[in-house]
Amino acid sequence: MEVALSWIDYLIMMIYFAFVLGIGWFLRKYMKDANAFLEAGRSIPAWVAGLAFISTNLGALEVMGMSGSGLKYGMLTTHFYWIGAIPAMLFLALFMMPFYYGSKARSVPEFLKLRYDEKTRGLNAILFAVMTILASGISMYALAILMEKILGWDFNVSLWISALIVLGYTYLGGLSSAIYNEVLQFFIIVIGLLPLVFLGLQDVGGWSGLKESLVPIAESQGYAADALQSTWKYTGQATANPLGVEWYGILFGLGFVLSFGYWCTNFLIVQRAFAAESKVAARKVPLIGAIPKMLVPFLIIVPGVIAIVLLNDPGKNFILPVDEAGTPIYDYTIIMLLKQYLPAGVLGLGITALLASFMSGMAGNVSAFNTVWTYDIYQSYFRGATDNREADEKHYLTVGRITTICAVLLSIAAAYIASKFGNIMDFLQTIFAMINAPLFAVIFLGMFWKRTTGHGAFWGLLMGFVIALLHHGLTSPEGSTTLVKGGWIATIHTYPVEMAQNFWTAIIAFSASTLITVGLTLLTKKKKTDDQLRGLVYSLTPHEVDTDMPWHKRPMSMALLVIAILLVLSIIFW
Amino acid sequence: MVDIRIPIGLMFSIVGLLVTVFGIFTASDSAMYEKSLGFNVNLVMGLIMLVFGAVMLFFAFRKSKQRKEDIENSI
Repeated sequence: MEVALSWIDYLIMMIYFAFVLGIGWFLRKYMKDANAFLEAGRSIPAWVAGLAFISTNLGALEVMGMSGSGLKYGMLTTHFYWIGAIPAMLFLALFMMPFYYGSKARSVPEFLKLRYDEKTRGLNAILFAVMTILASGISMYALAILMEKILGWDFNVSLWISALIVLGYTYLGGLSSAIYNEVLQFFIIVIGLLPLVFLGLQDVGGWSGLKESLVPIAESQGYAADALQSTWKYTGQATANPLGVEWYGILFGLGFVLSFGYWCTNFLIVQRAFAAESKVAARKVPLIGAIPKMLVPFLIIVPGVIAIVLLNDPGKNFILPVDEAGTPIYDYTIIMLLKQYLPAGVLGLGITALLASFMSGMAGNVSAFNTVWTYDIYQSYFRGATDNREADEKHYLTVGRITTICAVLLSIAAAYIASKFGNIMDFLQTIFAMINAPLFAVIFLGMFWKRTTGHGAFWGLLMGFVIALLHHGLTSPEGSTTLVKGGWIATIHTYPVEMAQNFWTAIIAFSASTLITVGLTLLTKKKKTDDQLRGLVYSLTPHEVDTDMPWHKRPMSMALLVIAILLVLSIIFW
Repeated sequence: MVDIRIPIGLMFSIVGLLVTVFGIFTASDSAMYEKSLGFNVNLVMGLIMLVFGAVMLFFAFRKSKQRKEDIENSI
């Protein structure tokens, strides 16, 4: 199963390592205060932040998981990229960014503090900090185990080296270094995976050959002939498509609750827009990111779909490793494809692309954790700001630097825990992901209803989380054998697939949180005056008018372009 | 602060050159390229990276030249 790499593959990897560390080294002299280190001095051009926005999201788990999903569900996986990301990104850009950026908040928790109160910020900051470390630990573990199984690298060595490189460049150059490197990493991911798509399609007879080959496979699985190559066509009934979810589940679960929760409130992602050089640039960041986001499926999902054909054709000699229980490890799809098609040279480039995707995700986690820890936890609860702004900036810069080291060490610890108790880590991550949907409800109500109170928000956030937890504890997906997947209290409802359970957990958490926030708001007194809420709430803030810009530079025109591309893609791949 | 196009351009130029040369030297090795269906992917990807790197550098230098001229004009 192992692939031997040759000298040239290692050389390419070394050149890449030298450049990422070099960027950090070059930026170190600009890191004079906390603002530069933790907020990139709010000086990043829109196109750089826009690509970084997508690159952070394109972590190792995303690349491995989504090509695996391509193999499992076929073209339906594109829902995670099109309906499941684009509308949320447009909403963030057009409606939320003006408040986030205009409020001068340095993080999402700090926005909650400005809009609501300290306790809401504290709750969110702590949950976010834990979630971030878990996420970076789990992806580090996934990468190291992949490298061990497929390339024969020592688990400990690849874990420590990849973590220390990320530490190196984020320690030297802070958020700026993370962002600039994410742009470099984005291009490496694209170029490294490009030959795979080309050769894969060539092998199965092009796009039309791929579609023809999928027909007998879809039929043998009991679906309509073109079920694996359609996106919306068979979503009338959950059982008619491999995803196992109906169109309204996809539309509301994925397209609304899950994606708005993720793209509009996850500080890991929106921090890239916070770092933009101006308010207009900040509004453009998600729009610029949306265009590559729509095209990424061709790079990582299409190879997964090609793998369906390879796996069903013994003549192709394509093997997917299986676990102890004999089920294929879908996450290994992309690396097995690299192994299948790429000779020395481009193989090194492909492996470098995987390493780059891991680093972009992990650096995103580390830089977001830094800002939240330093400003929302340390500054609020341990050492507040003083009158001496200059000394403060120096102090928080030091704290930010130490936090970087701690964040990486904690992630490494989390990776080792994941290697010993993988189930527990998966479980914790599932649980902490439940914070997103209630958070979106609370921020949305805060931005668009000036009456919303701090008490309402706090309890909405907390209870939304608790109710999501209860729902997960009381339901389980069909055929699940472990309590990690749910039903750890009792199983009162069984979902046909895990995906459906995830969607419904999010929908219920969002609804519960909305109801509780609205209910408590009506029962409690509004403490913030209209004056304090200016710039934070839609009705109290002057609306953005872009008439001074030429029409093709306005965010609205870009948003329309994105919608047009989304529609065309949805129709072509209907 | 820094024009990210410079490191991107440099890196892809270097890796592109390396992979192109490797592609030229291994061109006769048909066993090696059996995997990639007979295509010399190293040569193709190497050239793509070289062009991409050069384009990035071109835009970066054009911008820095423009900036210098702006400064000179203002003096």
